[in-house]
Amino acid sequence: MTTPYEDRAAALAKEPLRTAGPRLGFASGTLSSIRDILGQRELLGMLVRRELKARYKDSTLGFVWSLMRPIAMLLIYYIALGKFLGAARDIPDFAIFIYTGLTAWGLFSEAVSAGTASVVANSGLVKKVYLPREVFPLSAIGSGLFNFGIQLVILLAATIVAGHFPTGARWGYFIPALLILVLFGTALALLLSAWNVYLRDIQYLVEIFIMIFFWVSPIVYSWELFTGQVVRSFGEGTMSTFLHELYLANPVTLAILGFQQTFWVSGDGKPVPDHLGERMMIAVLVGLALVWLCQRVFARLQANFAQEL
Amino acid sequence: MTTVIEIENLSKHFVIRKEKSLKERVVNFGRSNLHKEEFWALRNVDLEISSGTTIGLIGPNGSGKSTLLKMIGGILQPDSGTVRIRGRLAALLELGAGFHPDLTGRENVYLNASILGLSKQQIDKYFDAIVDFSGIEKFIDTQVKFYSSGMYVRLAFAVAVHVDPDILLVDEVLAVGDEPFQRKCLERIRQFQAEGRTIVMVTHGLDQVAEFCDRAVVLEHGNIVTDGTPREALRALRADFEEARQEEVERQQLLERETLDRPMARFTGIALHTDGGVVLNPELRHGDSMTVLMEAHTEGTVTDFSIGVAVATTLGTVLWKTTTELMEAAVPSMQGTGLYQYHLSNLPLGAGEYTVQTTLTGLDGREIHHVPDAAQFSIIDDAPSLGPLHIDASFDVRT
Repeated sequence: MTTPYEDRAAALAKEPLRTAGPRLGFASGTLSSIRDILGQRELLGMLVRRELKARYKDSTLGFVWSLMRPIAMLLIYYIALGKFLGAARDIPDFAIFIYTGLTAWGLFSEAVSAGTASVVANSGLVKKVYLPREVFPLSAIGSGLFNFGIQLVILLAATIVAGHFPTGARWGYFIPALLILVLFGTALALLLSAWNVYLRDIQYLVEIFIMIFFWVSPIVYSWELFTGQVVRSFGEGTMSTFLHELYLANPVTLAILGFQQTFWVSGDGKPVPDHLGERMMIAVLVGLALVWLCQRVFARLQANFAQEL
Repeated sequence: MTTVIEIENLSKHFVIRKEKSLKERVVNFGRSNLHKEEFWALRNVDLEISSGTTIGLIGPNGSGKSTLLKMIGGILQPDSGTVRIRGRLAALLELGAGFHPDLTGRENVYLNASILGLSKQQIDKYFDAIVDFSGIEKFIDTQVKFYSSGMYVRLAFAVAVHVDPDILLVDEVLAVGDEPFQRKCLERIRQFQAEGRTIVMVTHGLDQVAEFCDRAVVLEHGNIVTDGTPREALRALRADFEEARQEEVERQQLLERETLDRPMARFTGIALHTDGGVVLNPELRHGDSMTVLMEAHTEGTVTDFSIGVAVATTLGTVLWKTTTELMEAAVPSMQGTGLYQYHLSNLPLGAGEYTVQTTLTGLDGREIHHVPDAAQFSIIDDAPSLGPLHIDASFDVRT
């Protein structure tokens, strides 16, 4: 007969000693980081649910509110831009067009802005419990994806109402486009949330950039409109090509174009940038590399989170 | 014995920076060293803890206890040195650290247990036990922001003790809840000990250390000054506290003397007189008597004061105390040297070592001089009992 006391000591003797907290080392820590994060899948799920539950707790309408914002934006842009400023004239199914862009953009902007604030917002936990801190930005992405899912359902319903439900090969653009948004959103959320711990100004800076990039992406105007304007201003030539390429270097632009290829069925026949599919594939690869890089930076910076918060 | 925590040459320093915003950083760029203050929280600490130990980290405020605990927990990273651990670790650094005020008790139990490392199935299994332990079944579906602070802490502790850790880090969280709940918590700690879990606790409740720990470490300015049995450690720490307090009192008296011209008085000699005459550290039997002889000296005249005497355990717990004020005994004003004595008869003490404390106090409550360890004596007693009291007891089976 052994006592539980001895059993535990014997069981522990078999385990190796491990370093407390995260392993440092830029490249070597990658695997252990991934293992740590995977080990916390359940917690990640809980945190996402906490974000979602807590956000509209005590409000009567609850989740409906997460739809109100994009719908209000849709109405504003549809009426102000589409009708008054006449943007809808050249864009068939303008409402679907805008809502497609807003849905994609909503995912990205929520991932980045909520992600940036996530570590600071959870400072109580960061200071008191050791967890792989990546779970905080990742849970922001998770709750962003949930809201995105709801909006997507509405978008699909709208395409049915409009009589242009996307089918077949169109969906080939959807997957890489979504991947681009998630990968770049994750990379930025990791990087910015870590920086934000050391420099709180980051979160305000992010607000500004989110606002600017909203207009730099073809959300409320079409790619056709952009190219047309560029050519009118600079003529056909290197300058125009350069501006086109610069515009397409923005991965979010590619993702939104991809979304429009999928959901904006009546936009068929409108001009599309050359090699959109290839460009998106490259963006996905760049995004993957960026996620890795940002995670390593995050791992480095997180060592001092507890004392900086 | 299996080593579960191994700390080697651990150092940690904090930089206290004064500015934070971008503007200030730009304005002060290059001069930022002027705005930094370094502070070593831990310096070259070596510590090895073997499985099943309950170890108390004690020390004055700011001595690095909590920092050490956070480093073991992996929350802070060392500047140099290593911390290595074995087995599953749960840190109770703050009860309910992961509680979200807008979620219900039930949701928070799941969230918090998950943060402490339980899986969904395990939580499902333990959920009833957790709620039962907390004793707040009625409110489990209420948002925790409506909880009283006691309920909050009860739920948090209930979650924490149902996590199945090999190493439990506890920071100053045992003194929670009302008395029955506290007793429940302490029972659980005892159970943990019996199950061979390692407990590292930071506490200012020195009695708790004496009661629970089988090892205690005194930290001071980031260094380990004593590492041994709780008795040794507590004695070292109490002596230390006393020294600091004496310095404080002296500084205060010096200040007062400058302003109020108050005379100072000091005990210059204390001795214990027993049947065997005056000896150092006399050995007595229970029921014996002794006389505490005191000699005090002042350069001026001291009036309106009382003389106190106390018997304490070597850990500093006062067992008995009286003063001339309480006894309403007249004390003449002291000029030059004063001689006093207390006669203590029929000491009802059990076997062990004891100290005598003496105090000179002004009638306005101001301390003039306090000697916490004025003399020692020991009691020889072969009564089959534990504790500092001698009580005659007998046992019979009632028929």
